[in-house]
Amino acid sequence: MSNFIEATKLCKSYNNNLALDNVSFSVQKGELYGFIGADGAGKTTLFEIMTTLLLPDKGRAHIGDWDVIKDYVKIRSHIGYMPGKFSLYQDLTVQENLQFFAKVFHTTIKENYFMIESIYKLLEPFAGRKAGDLSGGMKQKLALCCALIRNPKVLFLDEPTTGVDPVSRTDFWENLQEIKKRGITIIVSTPYMDEAVQCDRVALIHNGKLMKINTPENIIDQFEKKIISIKTSNKFMLLETLRKYSNYEAVYAFGENIHFVINNETAINQKAELQKYLDQNFQNDFSLQFSTPEFEDCFLNFMRNEDHSPLKGGKTTEVGSGVWSNRGLSSND
Amino acid sequence: MDKIITAENLTKKFGDFTAVDQISFEVGKGEIFGFLGANGAGKTTAMRMLCGLLIPTSGQATVAGFDVFTQTEKIKLNIGYMSQKFSLFEDLTVLENLQFYAGIYRLPKKEVKERSLQLVAQLGMESYKNKFIKGLPLGYRQKLAFSAAIIHKPKIVFLDEPTGGVDPVTRRAFWDMIYKTAHSGITVFVTTHYMDEAEYCDRISMMVDGRIDGLGSPGELKQQFGCKSMYDVFLKLAREKK
Repeated sequence: MSNFIEATKLCKSYNNNLALDNVSFSVQKGELYGFIGADGAGKTTLFEIMTTLLLPDKGRAHIGDWDVIKDYVKIRSHIGYMPGKFSLYQDLTVQENLQFFAKVFHTTIKENYFMIESIYKLLEPFAGRKAGDLSGGMKQKLALCCALIRNPKVLFLDEPTTGVDPVSRTDFWENLQEIKKRGITIIVSTPYMDEAVQCDRVALIHNGKLMKINTPENIIDQFEKKIISIKTSNKFMLLETLRKYSNYEAVYAFGENIHFVINNETAINQKAELQKYLDQNFQNDFSLQFSTPEFEDCFLNFMRNEDHSPLKGGKTTEVGSGVWSNRGLSSND
Repeated sequence: MDKIITAENLTKKFGDFTAVDQISFEVGKGEIFGFLGANGAGKTTAMRMLCGLLIPTSGQATVAGFDVFTQTEKIKLNIGYMSQKFSLFEDLTVLENLQFYAGIYRLPKKEVKERSLQLVAQLGMESYKNKFIKGLPLGYRQKLAFSAAIIHKPKIVFLDEPTGGVDPVTRRAFWDMIYKTAHSGITVFVTTHYMDEAEYCDRISMMVDGRIDGLGSPGELKQQFGCKSMYDVFLKLAREKK
């Protein structure tokens, strides 16, 4: 099967900063494809190239049969794009914004209402309210409706859930799964690791490079380290104690637990040793057990490989940089 | 324990709309207090009142010992504030930014210089002190912004979604700074949409429709609402009210 969307060795620099470094990926028709990475990783640059708003320095990309450089007019008339920044008209009402976007793309709300119905129902009570006066979750729903009202073949959503509360984020992903059922290809970016598992496939992006492309399930399955999950009432004290211990790959807070990452081979021995060490230093206020990795563990592991040991144990660290990272300021930027 | 914030029935109305509805809580010295809630629940309004930027409609509150109705200027000088959106000036250098904030917080001239250099050293950023903010990696900007917010050693620092969009390593490094700051006796009042970060707080307040519907340590809240995680607590509280 040929790839519906494909990018080959895309590069883009701003001044001397490399924003995208040889980025290649492909997306199948109907796929829900996620770019997972932090602010500044290059997600927005990539989205702007793919949506024909920005020219790459090098590399090629196409959507269907259309080239993102030559055929930008065609591409623009078949994609929906929700930029990371709220880009609707703040002083138009909800209804007026939707009408505007329908009209610009030569359709009507009525004709494509089926596309937005499930989402718009929640917005309808506020149809007469100005977009600028909506809450964050509502704004994001309206922006999604405006991207959908033209019934696009591909939907590009750049950080649609950033700054949005957990409940609205959950709702939003439910909406995306609905949209996907209609066969629309969706490309979405997010800094939230817990959203990765909602995607069919994900590309992990960091410092302009793709660290890994795979299904979220495979990424978790292929995690080659072992995690000891430790619980205590005094997390930060325990964290400090663990950092003084040698013999680990990484140690970091993970929700209510601390994750202590070690190499797989000698895991059982190491767990017993760790138990002893903590018995001495931490008395009874802890419990530990092996736990299965989550997506964020995997992302941290890829970052560690990429950055040459930001979380590695052993060395002490300079004050204020956070004990997580024993890197000083790298002098090459 | 010293109380850094006391709020009793604090309320703010905009016309007919009650944005903050009789909230009562206290925050102690050196505590990490997580201020959680859905978008539109009233967090920002509540925070603006506590920072002396908005006069409440009714109720009572003090911040760092000063009254939110009558001593707002005193409050502003005794708190620190950092948000993800506005923090540093891009076209000033690292050192200039720190000196600017030290000046804003009215440190004596001699101290402005001393304290700025001291912070730069603490951050391990000496080689960067004369560089513009523009080129700095996000993680360093963030630490710098946080340092600027506490350059005057306030009693309390308000952090408004300080880690939005940040990578998982940087996010954790930032929480290390929060922890150290709290340990040094500065109270940290923080909002976040990351539920794993809620677990890092000493106590949490959950706002729903202008009210505080949950208040306690993460452990207490999970127990009270019969939930496994803070995410479930959040979901339960926010959904029930609809």
